[in-house]
Amino acid sequence: MGVADQYAVEVNNLNFRYQENSGVNFNGLNLKIPKGERFGLFGPNGAGKTTLMSLMTGLLTAQSGDVSLLGQSIPGKGKQVNKLFGFVPQDFSFYQELTPAENLEFFGAWSGLSKIQTRQRTDELLQILGLADVRNKQVQQFSGGMKRRVNLAIGVIHQPKVLFLDEPTVGVDVQTRHAIINYLLQLNAEGTTLVYTSHQLSEAEDLCNDIALFDQGTIIARGDLQSLMNDHQQESLEGLFLNLTGKNFRD
Amino acid sequence: MYKLWATIKKDTRILLRDKVGLLLMFVMPILLVIIVTGIQNSTFELMDKSRLAMLICNRDTGKLSGQFVESLNRIGMFKLQQVSNKQSDAQLKNLMKTRNELLTVIVPADFTAKVSARAKNISGKALNSFGLQGDTTKTKLDGLPLTLYYQPVLQEQYRVSVNSALKSALQIVQSRETLRRLYFEINEKPLPENLEKELLNGQTNISQQPVSVSGSRKVPNASEHNVPGWTIFAMFFVVISLGGSLVREKVSGSFIRLKTLPTDFTVGLASKMITYLGVTMVQTIVIFAIGLLLFPALHLPKLHLPADLLALVIVTLFCGLCAVSYAICIGIFANTQEQANGIGAVSIVILSAIGGLMVPSFAMPEFFQAIAGISPLHWCLEAYYKLFLEDGTLADVLPNLLPLLVVTVVLLSIAFVGLKRKKLI
Repeated sequence: MGVADQYAVEVNNLNFRYQENSGVNFNGLNLKIPKGERFGLFGPNGAGKTTLMSLMTGLLTAQSGDVSLLGQSIPGKGKQVNKLFGFVPQDFSFYQELTPAENLEFFGAWSGLSKIQTRQRTDELLQILGLADVRNKQVQQFSGGMKRRVNLAIGVIHQPKVLFLDEPTVGVDVQTRHAIINYLLQLNAEGTTLVYTSHQLSEAEDLCNDIALFDQGTIIARGDLQSLMNDHQQESLEGLFLNLTGKNFRD
Repeated sequence: MYKLWATIKKDTRILLRDKVGLLLMFVMPILLVIIVTGIQNSTFELMDKSRLAMLICNRDTGKLSGQFVESLNRIGMFKLQQVSNKQSDAQLKNLMKTRNELLTVIVPADFTAKVSARAKNISGKALNSFGLQGDTTKTKLDGLPLTLYYQPVLQEQYRVSVNSALKSALQIVQSRETLRRLYFEINEKPLPENLEKELLNGQTNISQQPVSVSGSRKVPNASEHNVPGWTIFAMFFVVISLGGSLVREKVSGSFIRLKTLPTDFTVGLASKMITYLGVTMVQTIVIFAIGLLLFPALHLPKLHLPADLLALVIVTLFCGLCAVSYAICIGIFANTQEQANGIGAVSIVILSAIGGLMVPSFAMPEFFQAIAGISPLHWCLEAYYKLFLEDGTLADVLPNLLPLLVVTVVLLSIAFVGLKRKKLI
């Protein structure tokens, strides 16, 4: 196995600033996420988590530097590299006028699946995520938790090797959060690398085996939960978080 | 291909669930075509079948005023009703108000005297010019010895027509009187009755022939004027649904996800074009079907389809494609749904007016006639008129289809530039 093949995501010397010069700047950011990891990116509001996720998924283009997925550079590969990853945005990114089955049919096709594969995966995912009974109901009638599950189902329909999740459990009840975390653990066990951002520090404990604390476009600490707490002599992740990022409001 | 098919299914489902959009794309133009054709048809009938109601107050006791009324009646444009000659001008005006009458003609008491004097004067001059002795006594000749009262609601074009008809009737009476005098002066006997009748009745018929490409003598009716026009309007009004759907897609998160998927957005664009081109075809079928089947039941003139049906289908496809391209352009550049709806609706109304959908181009001021060509709706209308009103063929409409194609290509190119600039593709 080559060195490049060891990493699901490689960010090399990334420089980025928004055109209007607002928001966070990245100055020579480096990040390597090994294959099979459950990587969690945690940080306060405005730290640059969503911007970094947008750069890793090709939604934003950096001024310089390189982002590679499974050894393939994102800017140079056009749309083909998009087959490798799935993306679950923070917003409900689907058509509210359609049913979950209709949404999955459309996004399955756009993810490169055949008609048969799409149908098979739709049935499977609706079953796993508890949406089989409402498969023919328009999504706009769903609760927030159900919409989160539809959002997740669309992101994983093509069984991506790397899955980016931007706060996938925001605004859901304990049951839905539990179901989503369990499903993500199952996906990871099947070989999917997870790249995850959240405000919910408790999810770091439940889900992530590799944690990065991120602030002002910089990784300020990285490791597994236990080693991070040991290194910074903290008894909880929250204490560690406040210790490293401060107690002032960020937005 | 599956991607495109799945996208068309998605777009169609969203479209069918957009009740307001469907209402605007189908119900509004259907109502417009029925109402406008109905109104325009009744206007035609006002002049044509029903005849304009006109009151006549004949204060003259001479024979020429009777002949004038008879001549006016023979023109066939008016439904005449005589009122008492004792009524004053003020009473007549009041009568018009209370009975809602549009027109009243007052024949003055000296009508016969005035017309006779004029005839005498003209015949005298004519005899002198023949080298004969004519009566050249100077007589003071006023203008028209008639007064016409009309309601201000009567539009100018009707007033002009009424005035022409009155002049025509007056001319008949005056010419006959002049000729009678001339005949008497020369032959010293009255004009023979058969010759007089011929003079009074012998209206010259005008052969009316529409300028059609095929040489057909079919006279276009209000439906053939209106149905194509409002069909074009309906096609371009898809801007509300299509433009809005593009904006919704852009501002909702779904577009963000589409950008991360291994499919180019041109598939999405192609799907929208196919779906909405289908909508424009359905609109055309529905509105044409109303003209064919519903109009006769509503006592409106039936729409007659052109002979070259292939040309009709091709023209409709070109118009639909141009309308969809316009809507895509608006949808890509608008940032909010309000912008798309506002700009879309207002621009279509303006382009319709410029293009001659609301008022025929030939009736517009010179400046607007000169700029009519900037409206794609103008080229659509011209192509349809060539088929419906002139019985043209595909070859005849090609000069109209070419500008439409150019406009479509330009609009799509602008849309692609917009997509690139906004980093949507």
